[in-house]
Amino acid sequence: MLINVPETVVADALRGIAAAHPELTVDVENRVVLRRDAPVAGKVALVSGGGSGHEPLHAGFVGPGMLTAACPGEVFTSPVPDQMVRAAAAVDSGAGVLFIVKNYTGDVLNFEMAAELAEDEGVQVAKVLVDDDVAVADSLYTAGRRGTGATLFVEKIAGAAAEEGQPLERVEAIARRVNARSRSFGVALSAVTTPAKGSPTFDLPPGELELGIGIHGEPGRERRPMMTSGEIADFAVNAVLEDLKPGGPVLALVNGMGATPLLELYGFTAEVHRVLGERGVPVARTLVGNYVTSLDMAGCSVTLCEADEELLRLWDAPVRTAALRWGR
Amino acid sequence: MGRAGADRRAPVGTVSRVMDADFFRRWMELAAAAVEREADRLTELDSAIGDADHGSNLQRGFAALVAALDKEETATPGAVLVLAGRQLISTVGGASGPLYGTLMRRAGKTLGDAAEVTPAQLAEALRAGVTAVAGLGGAKAGDKTMLDALEPAVDALGESFAAAAQAAERGALATVPMRARKGRASYLGERSVGHQDPGATSSALLIAALAEAEAAR
Repeated sequence: MLINVPETVVADALRGIAAAHPELTVDVENRVVLRRDAPVAGKVALVSGGGSGHEPLHAGFVGPGMLTAACPGEVFTSPVPDQMVRAAAAVDSGAGVLFIVKNYTGDVLNFEMAAELAEDEGVQVAKVLVDDDVAVADSLYTAGRRGTGATLFVEKIAGAAAEEGQPLERVEAIARRVNARSRSFGVALSAVTTPAKGSPTFDLPPGELELGIGIHGEPGRERRPMMTSGEIADFAVNAVLEDLKPGGPVLALVNGMGATPLLELYGFTAEVHRVLGERGVPVARTLVGNYVTSLDMAGCSVTLCEADEELLRLWDAPVRTAALRWGR
Repeated sequence: MGRAGADRRAPVGTVSRVMDADFFRRWMELAAAAVEREADRLTELDSAIGDADHGSNLQRGFAALVAALDKEETATPGAVLVLAGRQLISTVGGASGPLYGTLMRRAGKTLGDAAEVTPAQLAEALRAGVTAVAGLGGAKAGDKTMLDALEPAVDALGESFAAAAQAAERGALATVPMRARKGRASYLGERSVGHQDPGATSSALLIAALAEAEAAR
């Protein structure tokens, strides 16, 4: 591993982000990454965060048109409430703060505690939970669907709405709409190795793949002998479309888990488009790359979001972050 | 929550000596030492059904807790537990931080300003803490969580701290055949069966440290 010692990986990365991105304020000590120009007068602020190991999520999405602040936790461990309280206080312009929270027990609990504390300090806080992973049956018997690829859609689209100057209730409603219309499915071709453990967190022999994985090295629901890119696309897209019945064009995120080459990812993207074509689902926009990753895991995920005119307009709006930038 | 109809009040039993803030500080130090000692095992258990960080997260939290107890005045048992809870919430992260932090804080607040507390008062305070944990996490006994160790431990506290430690250990072992219904292990469905829950295991360490503190008096 390209590290100094496991204990400092997060702080080391934050120092690197600070070095590479002078347009960001990086508080290494308190683990908060902020837009340098925050608070932005009259605009709703977006604060997200989660365990580290999913880079560029979330710090790579801080900037005009997306997040106002990000709170990285330890590797695969949610941040602590102190971080979000500090971020909220630093970015609130008076227009309020939206917390974007991936649906994991730890993230939910820490953001809830943070929201209460921030409100005690006079910050108006709204929260949106991202829970798009169809591999988890959303039943009474689990912690509910996980938040994965749709987090990028929520952060980008709600960020554009905030940048336009829309009020907190509107930004929150748009974020919820994006989440409600998004579903994901992920596949691992190799297990993940955390710096703290130093060895793979589950044992996945070569020649097998794990279907329905999360982004924390938690094993998936089912293991099978290796499939082709086309077979995986069939499986993943069909799994998503079992839950999402788009009435119109979709946004597609074809996401690498960290160790899958873009060459393979683009080949997979062609297969995803083929399956969507066969299923009669038009694709409005496609984003391909490593955006919501799981350290050194090989594999991919597919996220689809049923778009509408407003969501497409907000998706196309300019964004300037370390990991995502387009428009003016 | 818990077994319907059962009398949840711990009878006052063989343990009767009162405990002061020093005793509670010793308990926390012994708990920190146990977490340090067992961190690799906790992480190993967590890698089977979670995300392989329970040991290192608690290690970080309990080290911060001990450092804070060294630095800050804590005159009462309640103050020790409230400070401990606050430190865990601020340093552990994940679900364990808020859950263990809430356990300690609620127990500490229940003890109030008393300079000395009886085992029965501690049992009552920990029961309040366990109830708060159940409320926060939405789990109940049998869901393969820390509650499966903590609930039987609290039930046995009136008998003796050693009995509570044994009950917690049995409770942790009893999570092996359970299917996880809460937290990250729940994503595995049936595949969570056959593994001991890391949270129940660390909870058993916490109660064992209490018995150790009692034995060392």
